[in-house]
Amino acid sequence: MAKNPDQRDLFPGALEIMLLQSLRHKPMHGYALAKHIKQVSDELLQVEEGSLYPALQRMLREGWLDAETGISAKGRPTRIYRITEAGTRHLEREVVSFERMFAGITRVLAVAKA
Amino acid sequence: MSLFSRLFSRQRRYNDLSVSIQEHIAERADELVEEGMPRTEAEQKARREFGNVALVEQQSREAWQWPALESIIADLRFALRRLGNSPGFAVTVLLTLAIGIGASTAVFSVINCVLLKPLPYPDSSRLVALRLDAPGAAGLANFTNGLQLSNSMYLTFSDHNQSFSSVGVWYPSKANVTGVAQPEEVNVANISGGVLEALAVPAAQGRLFSAVDQEPNGIKTVILGYGYWQRKFGGDRSVIGRTIQVDSISRQVVGVMPRGFRIVDKDFDLLAPLALDRNHQILAGFGGDGIARLRDGVSIPQANADIARLIPRWMDSWSNGPGSNPHYYEVWRITPNLRLLKQQVIGNIGSVLWVVMSTVGLVMLIACTNVANLLLVRAEGRQQELAIRSALGAGRARIARELLLESVLLGLLGGALSVGVAYGGLRLLTAIGPANLPRLSEISLDATSLAFTFILSVVSGLLFGSIPALRYARGAAAVVIGNADRTASTGRPRQRTRNILVIAQVAMALVLLVSALLMIRTFAALRRVEPGFADVEHIETMSVSIPGMMVANAHAVSQMQNEILAKLAAIPGVVSAGYGEAVPMDETDPNWDTINVEGKIYDGGEGPLRLFNYVSPGYFNTLGTRIVAGRDFNWDDLNNIRPSLIVSDNFARQNWGSASAAIGKRVKKYSGSPWQQVIGVVEDVRVHGADQDAPPIIYWPAMFYDRYSAADEMDGLRTVTYVIHTSRAGTQSLLEEMQKAVWSVSAQLPLASVQTMQQIYGRSMARTSFTLVMLAIAGSMAFALSLIGIYGVISYSVSRRTREIGIRLALGAQKHELRWMFVRSALALTCIGTVIGLAAAASLVRLMKALLFGVSPLDPLTFIVVPLMLGAAAALASYLPARRAAAINPVEALRAE
Repeated sequence: MAKNPDQRDLFPGALEIMLLQSLRHKPMHGYALAKHIKQVSDELLQVEEGSLYPALQRMLREGWLDAETGISAKGRPTRIYRITEAGTRHLEREVVSFERMFAGITRVLAVAKA
Repeated sequence: MSLFSRLFSRQRRYNDLSVSIQEHIAERADELVEEGMPRTEAEQKARREFGNVALVEQQSREAWQWPALESIIADLRFALRRLGNSPGFAVTVLLTLAIGIGASTAVFSVINCVLLKPLPYPDSSRLVALRLDAPGAAGLANFTNGLQLSNSMYLTFSDHNQSFSSVGVWYPSKANVTGVAQPEEVNVANISGGVLEALAVPAAQGRLFSAVDQEPNGIKTVILGYGYWQRKFGGDRSVIGRTIQVDSISRQVVGVMPRGFRIVDKDFDLLAPLALDRNHQILAGFGGDGIARLRDGVSIPQANADIARLIPRWMDSWSNGPGSNPHYYEVWRITPNLRLLKQQVIGNIGSVLWVVMSTVGLVMLIACTNVANLLLVRAEGRQQELAIRSALGAGRARIARELLLESVLLGLLGGALSVGVAYGGLRLLTAIGPANLPRLSEISLDATSLAFTFILSVVSGLLFGSIPALRYARGAAAVVIGNADRTASTGRPRQRTRNILVIAQVAMALVLLVSALLMIRTFAALRRVEPGFADVEHIETMSVSIPGMMVANAHAVSQMQNEILAKLAAIPGVVSAGYGEAVPMDETDPNWDTINVEGKIYDGGEGPLRLFNYVSPGYFNTLGTRIVAGRDFNWDDLNNIRPSLIVSDNFARQNWGSASAAIGKRVKKYSGSPWQQVIGVVEDVRVHGADQDAPPIIYWPAMFYDRYSAADEMDGLRTVTYVIHTSRAGTQSLLEEMQKAVWSVSAQLPLASVQTMQQIYGRSMARTSFTLVMLAIAGSMAFALSLIGIYGVISYSVSRRTREIGIRLALGAQKHELRWMFVRSALALTCIGTVIGLAAAASLVRLMKALLFGVSPLDPLTFIVVPLMLGAAAALASYLPARRAAAINPVEALRAE
């Protein structure tokens, strides 16, 4: 995922969580989605197009998203992705799991610091 | 997302994806334009930022695909398209494969149905044939069936055995059925109790025989066979309880057997109970086939021991009449040798079938070799394409997979076509096959055969595809791209694989041709054998049977027979006629009995058993059997019932040193019978087939005194076979006149077994001629395929070496030198193949030994002729392309490319 060594790869599943959460917030088309993540994360995270679209298709196949025809902000026809029920459930499960992992890491690092 | 809807929506998905990506890039470009970049530059930058659009799109699509399956399907479609582009290649390969796989499947079906499948009875592995060996009983027990059972033996075994849940004995016979449309002769199985119980097949209608039916003085019953029930009664269920006349005895129909029911391997129109009378049985009369069902847990050796214990008890329980010695049979050394019933049915047809299977297998291999060669050429043409793909990153496995996929596809397509060939081949096999091929009716193209076709298609596809795959699926490192042919011709190693394939073909073809030629010589040797009769195409035979109920008095029976004979002889075109109890090679042995020569002492008191036949005057003349000494019977001998006999040449020489010395000597049938005088000696007749030695035969007049008592009671034959020598043999008109002749004497008599001696003789040769035809076909196919292979290799070599040939011609090579160069290479290949083939043939023909006659397996003539033939043909096959090479115009050859 990283274009240069200064950037780090996200852990597996991270991209999906963020995409689902973003789409839960608001259904968007692909370009808007990429921009949204970049903005909201204050440019700390950047989604590469080479990962975005395959991830979107995978999630479509899993049934976590729906795609429908729509109009982009610029007035061009595009496909808008929206989260489904199943997607919501998956997202919540994954978030819980992520938070537990994060808590664990935090505690280990806290010990190391002390 | 169900699989189904996924497939349908896939195109829509791809579409959505495309739109999304394009829009993404366009939006980014717009953004950049708003920031002040010129449009074209913005678009380029947006595109570059996105990355490799095509790659991302492909990767995104993969979410919807099964990549492995997709690429296999793509390979298959590609292969099909390429096949469509080269129809000549496709047709050649598919035809070759269809014929090869089809022939193999046909033969496999026969082997499966005849040798491998179990018999169609419940739990058939527990069924055994009660075979007895009797090494001391000379001629009576040296057939494939050993010593057959007598009725008394059956009764003893049935009463006292401990090994069988049921045991029975049965005899096939023929009977006249009257009272149902026209009088007809039918096949009857006379069965004792225990036979139907052992086979355990329930009746389709009515019931099976029970103990009541076997009562000798009870109501006479009969069971119909399914085919007969359909033919004669139209499948009418009310036939149960009706009465029919069988040999003028009224029998009540009590049941019908199910379709396809056979006793062992024979189909019968009627089943009749033996109804043995215990009070009137003697030891002798060994003509029945015994069947038994083993009890659970009893093995064949245990059953053998059981029966062995019962043989002395049998001798003690019965006798052959007052004054006879029941323990005489100890001389015969009767030993039980029980066999699985299936083994009895198959007999020794197995060896023939395996030979046929091997030959067809070899032809299949040769066909595969040819196809492999063709594929190699094709792959060679694709070398550039494969090299490029290899350089672009295709692994060895990937390229090999595509090549194998193409060849397996070819195999499967060939296999699909071969089903039709197999079906036709099966029909052909059953039509020309040996008439006594067991279980003939069970042969069909069933699921097992189709599975075999499928497996063979895939395996052969992998086999011949592996050769180009191994050669051409190399890694990128070993590839030569570009015009490699500029400097020289094809290097030596390139041709090696093809050469090896051709050598293999030649070797295999040689083995087949040697076998075929050996069979041809066997057949010729058999035909050269003097069978003891002549002019087979012009001898018509027919048998007539006069049952006791119709005419009781034996003298009257003989009168009828003689009347019929006179009428037959009076038919226009008939040169001579006669009758006898049997004719040569008709697969029945009428009678074996003891014969005591005057002046000789025998162990056990009685002479050895010899084959008997009972004949009328004119029998020998009609058949063309030469009279070597003395004279034929005449009507005087018969009508006055003179005690005279005729013997065969080998019997005369055995006992009195020469044929002429036999005349006037005396013999008698057994100790208590009167002396009879030898009045003639005839040449040996090979009654058991041209490949069997002629047995000694004693010929009695057809009218004689009762066989077993000395009283002056004339006896004759109930069933006789007439022989008629006429150029009209086999014609319909002759048959009609024969019928008229018989029916003018008695309208109730059916004619049976009307056939020419040619047909009888042909049947006895059937096993040999069948093998011969198979090997001849296989040999010619192998021969043709090998020649095509050689032609192909040389032809290809010429086309690859065009530049070299041009150079040689330009430098002054003579045309005939060039031609010889190519022919020589072909001969070299053939030579190597021949040497290998001869070695293989020498070791393999020993397996054929049982089928050969009059020629040794390592026959020098055959082993010399075949290589010469193959060499000459190879030279010819290579001469054509060689001539083409010499005709090359050097200027054009050098100018090309």
